Amino acid sequence: MVQVGTSRVKKGMAEMQKGGVIMDVVNAEQAKIAEAAGAVAVMALERVPSDIRAAGGVARMADLGIVEEVLNAVSIPVMAKARIGHFVEARVLESMGVDYLDESEVLTPADDLYHINKKDFTVPFVCGARDLGEALRRIGEGASMIRTKGEPGTGNIVEAVRHMRTMMAQIRKVQAMSYDELMAEAKNLGAPYELLEQVHQTGKLPVVNFAAGGVATPADAALMMQLGSDGVFVGSGIFKSENPEKFARAIVEATTHYTDYELIARVSKGLGSAMTGIEISKIREADRMQERGW
Amino acid sequence: MKIGVLALQGAVAEHLRMLEEAGATAVPVKKAEELADLDGLVLPGGESTTISKLMHKYGFMDALREFGSAGKPIFGTCAGAILLAKQIQGQDECHLGLMDIKVERNAFGRQKESFEVTMPVAGVGADYPAVFIRAPYIVEVGENAEVLAKYDEKIVVARNGHYLAAAFHPELTEDARLHKYFLEMVKEYRS
Repeated sequence: MVQVGTSRVKKGMAEMQKGGVIMDVVNAEQAKIAEAAGAVAVMALERVPSDIRAAGGVARMADLGIVEEVLNAVSIPVMAKARIGHFVEARVLESMGVDYLDESEVLTPADDLYHINKKDFTVPFVCGARDLGEALRRIGEGASMIRTKGEPGTGNIVEAVRHMRTMMAQIRKVQAMSYDELMAEAKNLGAPYELLEQVHQTGKLPVVNFAAGGVATPADAALMMQLGSDGVFVGSGIFKSENPEKFARAIVEATTHYTDYELIARVSKGLGSAMTGIEISKIREADRMQERGW
Repeated sequence: MKIGVLALQGAVAEHLRMLEEAGATAVPVKKAEELADLDGLVLPGGESTTISKLMHKYGFMDALREFGSAGKPIFGTCAGAILLAKQIQGQDECHLGLMDIKVERNAFGRQKESFEVTMPVAGVGADYPAVFIRAPYIVEVGENAEVLAKYDEKIVVARNGHYLAAAFHPELTEDARLHKYFLEMVKEYRS
C-alpha cells in the first residue's frame, strides 16, 4: 500500500538536509543565489528576521506571491513560516506545495495557548526549542525537525549556543538516568514520557536538530555543528552581509568541514563585514522572539 | 571489507549504520585522499546540487571517476543516483556520468507527494520497504544496465556492472538487504 505523509517520510526529509545550510530568502533572485552557493533548502519570507524586528507590528505568513516566486525559481526544497498556532496559514502553504513548514516564533503568534497539531499534516514541520522539554513537546505534536530558537535577527550567536548546550546536557542527563527516574524527569521537563524514554535509550533527539537564531559567520556555523547541530539555518546573516554570495558559500563550506580550521580560515578571509549584531541585553524582554511559544 | 560513505552532506550516519549491520566496516569520507583504501563507496541521499558543488570544490569529481574506472563498486541512493547518472533529464550536463542511466529529478513531485511503499526488488526480495522523498526516477537504462525494480512503471533500482542506483532511501529503514546486495557486488569485484 502506498502511504504519503508518514512519520518516516516526514522525518526522512529532514535527514536529507543534514550537514547542510538552509537560507532565508525574500525573492527569486536571492533564492537562486542561495541555491548556487550550495544551500540545501531556502526559507521563503517577506522580510528576513532583522527587518521583521526593525519593522515591528504584526508579522504574518509571507506574501504568497513571494512564496510562489521562490517555489518556481529553484529545484531545492522550499520552506515557509506560519505563525504559532495558525493552522490555516499552514494549510494554505501546504496547498501551494511548500516542502517544509516552520511554525515560527519569528512571526507574531496567532495562538497564545496552543501550537498547531502537526500530525494532521502531510507536509513536515520544523519548530524552535530552547531546551529538551520544549523540543519533545513539539515532537509530540508532530514536528519532524527541531531547531534552536536562538534570538532571530540579532546576528548574535549566544542564545543559540545556550539553547543547544542546554538541550545536549539534558539529553546526556536523561541518557544516564535509571528507568525509575524517567517519569519524574518527564514531569520536570514537561515532556511526553514515551519520547523521553526514546531519548534515554538512544541518547539523541528522535528527529534532526538544527541550529538557528543568530548565526552570522562561517565560524558561528562551525561552532554550532561542533556543539551537536545536524545542520544550520541562516536567517539575516547572509543577505544582510556585505557580500551575500561569498558569505553563503563560506558558511556552506564551514558547515561541511566544521573541524577543519585551516579551511574555515581560508573561506572566512576577505568576506567583508558580517551583518551588524545586537547585544541581547539591549532587547527588551517583551521583544525577545524566543519567549514566544512554550 | 571497508566501505566509505561520501560525507559532504546528507544522510551519512544512516548509511554507516546500515553498512555496519550488513557486515562491513563503514567510514565517512570528507576528503578525496580518504578514498584510497576503500573497497566500495556509497553516495548518500541529500541535496544533489549541494553535494555536487562540494564534490567539485574538494576534487572528488576526478577522484571518483578514477575510483569507478578502477572497478570499485559505487552505490548511489536518491541524490547519489543523480550524481552517478550519465544523463539528467532537462540538463545538458551530468555530474559523475559513471552509470549508464538517464534520471529525472524530483520526478514524483514535491515533499507532500513523497511516499513509502513495499515493493519487489530483483535479487533482494519481494517485500522491500522503499521510502521515496522528493525522489528521482530512472527514465531509461543503457543496454548494459539491468533493471532491478520498477514502481508504477517507473524504473527505481538499476545496476550497471559495478554501479548500483536506487531512487529511494534504503538507509531510512531497518532493512539491510539492499546494503547486503551491494556488499556482495563489492566481494564479486574484489576477487
